[in-house]
Amino acid sequence: MAGPVSFTAEIRHALYALTPNPVEACIQCGTCSASCPLADFMDHSPRQLIAMIRAGQRRAVLASNTFWICASCYQCTVRCPAEIDVARMMYALKRYAIWRNQCEREAVTRDFSRRFMRMVVRTGRSWEPALAPAYLGRRGLRGVLDEARVAAGLLWHGRLPLWPRRIRRRQALRRVLRHIVPVGGRS
Amino acid sequence: MKTYAYYPGCSLETMARSYHCSAVETARVLGLELQEIQDWNCCGATAYFHIDELLAYTLCARTLAIAERTGLDLVAPCAGCFKNLHSAADALRKDPDLAEHINEALAEDDLHLSGTTRVRHLIEVFVEDVGLEAIRARVTRSLRGLRVAPYYGCQVVRPQKTGEAAERVTFFEDLISALGATAVPYPARLRCCGGSLIATQREAALALVHDLLKSAVEQKAQVVATLCPLCQTNLEAYQGLVRRAYPDLPAVPVLYFTQVMGLALGISPRRLGIGRELVSAAQVVQFCRRGTAADSEHAPGEAARAGQAGEEGSRPLAAGRMR
Ligand code: SF4
Ligand code: SF4
Repeated sequence: MAGPVSFTAEIRHALYALTPNPVEACIQCGTCSASCPLADFMDHSPRQLIAMIRAGQRRAVLASNTFWICASCYQCTVRCPAEIDVARMMYALKRYAIWRNQCEREAVTRDFSRRFMRMVVRTGRSWEPALAPAYLGRRGLRGVLDEARVAAGLLWHGRLPLWPRRIRRRQALRRVLRHIVPVGGRS
Repeated sequence: MKTYAYYPGCSLETMARSYHCSAVETARVLGLELQEIQDWNCCGATAYFHIDELLAYTLCARTLAIAERTGLDLVAPCAGCFKNLHSAADALRKDPDLAEHINEALAEDDLHLSGTTRVRHLIEVFVEDVGLEAIRARVTRSLRGLRVAPYYGCQVVRPQKTGEAAERVTFFEDLISALGATAVPYPARLRCCGGSLIATQREAALALVHDLLKSAVEQKAQVVATLCPLCQTNLEAYQGLVRRAYPDLPAVPVLYFTQVMGLALGISPRRLGIGRELVSAAQVVQFCRRGTAADSEHAPGEAARAGQAGEEGSRPLAAGRMR
């Protein structure tokens, strides 16, 4: 077959691991949107997003904040009458947007995840303070003060770790992960 | 004494230390031993399941493979860790090619996964393995009259259960009743707390937390009980910010379910890590001081199903909003 792959087909492929595939199976009933606790904060409801994919609206889909806002609560997934795993579709769309390098607006979420992973690859455990730079600056001075207040409270109550914990076999973990993602640059 | 391969998860080492203490203490009183998995690693949290599932599965697989050597059930108190390990174990069992691929990588650490480990949440172990009757029998300080909002959150129930089963759970209410306390009907019990959005989508997360706390206040709950360190942090540590945005909201203490259990089992508040809260739980402790063994003869099953009939709390399905 000649010619470029259409956006809809591309997304259908990106969602290949999902059975049933939302691009084909969605009946547009709106149950997901009605169940989603974050719909009010989304540019488009989950149902609308699927309709947009079907309509081939690449630009609008990639610009939408919907899949970045998704909190992964699985309410849509457990309720969808067509048994579509809508939450996992949201993951796939995040990956697609990152792959297309189209996530300027929500780059903070991408950076947060990257920072998180770099930390885990290095130490084997997660350590909250290492994540802060990914999002601290974004909400301005007030955001920083808010964060400092919460952090001070946690620190006062002995709930903020001052140094990262590490696993013993860090090197081995790194080798395992390199094997999975053969890019070498992860750590 | 029944032994479990215990996976505390990163937050129980840090922000949720009191969950760790109370989990270990309550388990011991109930005759369970939580044996920490050697050199366990981070489960990948939400951050990585979104972005790179394969890598997240591999992280979980390493811990699962270490746990497998013990031959014990794996128990996780964190709802997020539980969901990640559970779904990774599930996915690897269903997809032998994926499992083989990951096993090749695990060989770098002399590990192998055959998929025999059962992954369970701590509350499941208490309710199913110890049993409500046995728990009831161990109560030394009745919590009679204490109004507790049972907050399940998302990850313990979904996506392990689907359809009706995901909405009709009552095990948390049943447990609270077994302790002699009252589980208030809590319409928001299965709603999302915003989880990791607190870092990246602050306004949205605070709005969700507000809804949850408001729902508890409306039911005159004296304390919200949680099953997850992320929920606890959102509902409790960030409550100050929520109350600034919504000044009408009164302070609501939020404890781990193991802390509430521990109080009923007569464990001292200090050993349960009570006192590390940013929203004081002193009133709850005071309340329990009044209880004695003598009045623990509460009506069994009372209010057990109070929360069950309640609507889930998100938008009504037939709202007619074709969004
Ligand atoms: S609930 Fe399922 S079938 Fe209905 S609109 Fe959403 S994805 Fe489509
Ligand atoms: S998983 Fe995401 S899209 Fe689905 S209901 Fe929850 S927040 Fe909404």
